[in-house]
Amino acid sequence: MSKPQNAPGDVRSKGLVDYLNDENVRAVLYQIIAIGLIVLAGWYLVSNTLYNLEQQNISTGYGFLDLEASFEISETMIDYSAKSSYASALMVGLLNTVKVSLLGIILCTIIGTIFGVARLSSNWIVRKLATVYVETFRNIPVLLQLFFWYALIPSAFPHPRDALEPLPGVLLTSRGMYMPVPEPDNAYTFMAIAAAIACVIIYFVKKWAKKRQDATGKPFPMLLAGLGIFVGLVFLAYLAGGAPTEMSMPALKGFNIRGGYNISPEFMAVLIGLTVYTSTYVAEVVRSGIQAVPNGQWEAADSLGIKRSVALRKVILPQSMRVAIPPLTNQYLNLTKNSSLAVAVGYPDLVSVSNTTMNQTGQAIEAISIFMSIYLGLSLLTSLFMNWFNKKMALVER
Amino acid sequence: MSENAKLPPMPTGSFAERAVAWSKKNLFDGWFNTILTLGSIAFLLWLIPPIVEWAIVNATLSPTIEGCAEVTGACWGFVNANLRLILFGTYPFDEQWRPLLAMIVLMGIICGSLGAVKYPGLRKAIIPMWLIGVPVISILMWGGVFGLTYVQNSYWGGLPLTLILSSIGVIFAFPFGLLLALGRQSHMPAIKTVSVVYIEVIRGVPLITVLFMASVMFPLFLPDGVTIDKLLRAQIGIILFTAAYLAEVFRGGLQAVPRGQFEAGDSLALSYWQSMRLIILPQALRLVIPPTVNSFISMFKDTTLVVIIGLFDFLGTVKLALRSDPAWTKYYVEGYAFAAAIFFLICFSMAKYSAYLEKELRKGERR
Repeated sequence: MSKPQNAPGDVRSKGLVDYLNDENVRAVLYQIIAIGLIVLAGWYLVSNTLYNLEQQNISTGYGFLDLEASFEISETMIDYSAKSSYASALMVGLLNTVKVSLLGIILCTIIGTIFGVARLSSNWIVRKLATVYVETFRNIPVLLQLFFWYALIPSAFPHPRDALEPLPGVLLTSRGMYMPVPEPDNAYTFMAIAAAIACVIIYFVKKWAKKRQDATGKPFPMLLAGLGIFVGLVFLAYLAGGAPTEMSMPALKGFNIRGGYNISPEFMAVLIGLTVYTSTYVAEVVRSGIQAVPNGQWEAADSLGIKRSVALRKVILPQSMRVAIPPLTNQYLNLTKNSSLAVAVGYPDLVSVSNTTMNQTGQAIEAISIFMSIYLGLSLLTSLFMNWFNKKMALVER
Repeated sequence: MSENAKLPPMPTGSFAERAVAWSKKNLFDGWFNTILTLGSIAFLLWLIPPIVEWAIVNATLSPTIEGCAEVTGACWGFVNANLRLILFGTYPFDEQWRPLLAMIVLMGIICGSLGAVKYPGLRKAIIPMWLIGVPVISILMWGGVFGLTYVQNSYWGGLPLTLILSSIGVIFAFPFGLLLALGRQSHMPAIKTVSVVYIEVIRGVPLITVLFMASVMFPLFLPDGVTIDKLLRAQIGIILFTAAYLAEVFRGGLQAVPRGQFEAGDSLALSYWQSMRLIILPQALRLVIPPTVNSFISMFKDTTLVVIIGLFDFLGTVKLALRSDPAWTKYYVEGYAFAAAIFFLICFSMAKYSAYLEKELRKGERR
């Protein structure tokens, strides 16, 4: 919005009033006022805060991160004890957040897709069941669902003494689920390296296959070949590592179960709650994604003589993905943010650990700023990814 | 439209014939669908009878722990015995008609505001309704005048608190969110940057961090000697949070108004605020009514998070009732089911209404 410049013949000299009536000058003025007010308010809040902190004898700064945390965390993915620093406690919390979010994202995608497709089923009863599932669980607050699962799990399963054993080695108790896991061995490191190498090889084979198909039109069975490369390499690494078979089996020792891998009731409650709640949103995204592809696309594929299964994979899905991926990413982000509710059921996620840290050290501002910036970082990364993806998937218009 | 092109053939034949034809088409169309149907029926047979047996057949309403111990089914007596604690929290027992009345007034205003979309006659009443309603609700809840005893807001709780936190949150966030949305569309770089940063930062963090900030950091922000209580801090946190989400909703509406409308305003020599008020916003806000209702629904559900900072909203009072007597603790399923049912009723009906509004508002575009 630019204002027409003064005509060349205009000899009137500009007074103050003229300047104030100039839209551009005014815009600058408004902005200076706005920024000034914000800076003023910020300065006021900061000076109040500093004064209050001084009154309460709380030192500012992140120095507390190196101090001994002196609290235990029930679930850790890295070495941690009460003697570790606050920094590593927060790291444990972050890893726990990532663990439950990643698993939740995978599970809610699977469940959500099933229910999303089921809502479009031609089968009346399946359609209605899916609708009931979606409408019920999306209209109940997720925190209520978490509380419910957290109350249900310890009381629905027996004391470790009489643990249920639905599968050999898998124990269900009021203290969570126990699963057998392989004893640590070098072979598993080899397998991880082999998996990484396999991914690189698959990437290059895929590039070559696309080039060949573009040039000659010959398709390459990429899915089979990729699976073969991956499974083959990982299996070879397993054999090369000496094919260890030793497992750590959970077993009752004294009053508790030792060995194996324990999935705590807190973790289960958070995971089930988040998965069920978010899957209803994913189902809606999937449904609208599929519905967004016009019927003419199916017909076009039919008239080109493309098989239905191929048409679904190569014509319909890529187009519905374009519609579905941005809202899907939003839902993943929501799930990650909602994982902070873990604090309510005592799963030691980032917010929960920060909360303990905050209560012990009194460093509220620092602790809140840490978890806020981590969540913010995650969101920014996701929106960067979404922008990149949207650009990649955008319709190429003439 | 294509809907007219493929109208299904009119069903013919007797009821039985039509029923058979319908189930052939909708339930047993091919072997895969038959398996799905049979599987679903088996699933329902497995799921429904035990639930009915538990919730109705073997249940009791007897409001005593002894009465509940006698039955194998649900102990609705827990809800029955603690109903007033669950609904109104620790509000003084003899004064509980006040939160009840406040809740009814608030629900009336909410329904009136939502109904205004359908009945244009109500539209002029929206702002007066809130201007009168909010003070009435405050007087009812706080008291201290007209012979009502003063009730500190640390005693507020239950369903009225949930409704107040979420609706006041949305009402106050409305103008703030609108300003943010306009700021984001602004041509002035400083204003735009400030709005974008605010919106993106708030939307990037979970509500619980904003609530923690409100409950822990706000007291530090204030000058010495000034304090605001926990409820107000949570309310401010909710308003700040909701505003960022509403801003994005409004942005969607503003972007949907064709460019020509802005140009029309300019060519009539209307000022920015005039053209916004007279041309752009009436069109934009009409478009954003359904997503605003959806924001309200998610706010209503998210208000439960105030439990974590120690307020007793509807979910908090259920937990309070469960803890009130160790003997009740094991009836958490009944307690949570009751809360879930209330939340579901409110959220589901609002969601349906919002979907209906969306259809209504599109009527003009349909040919």
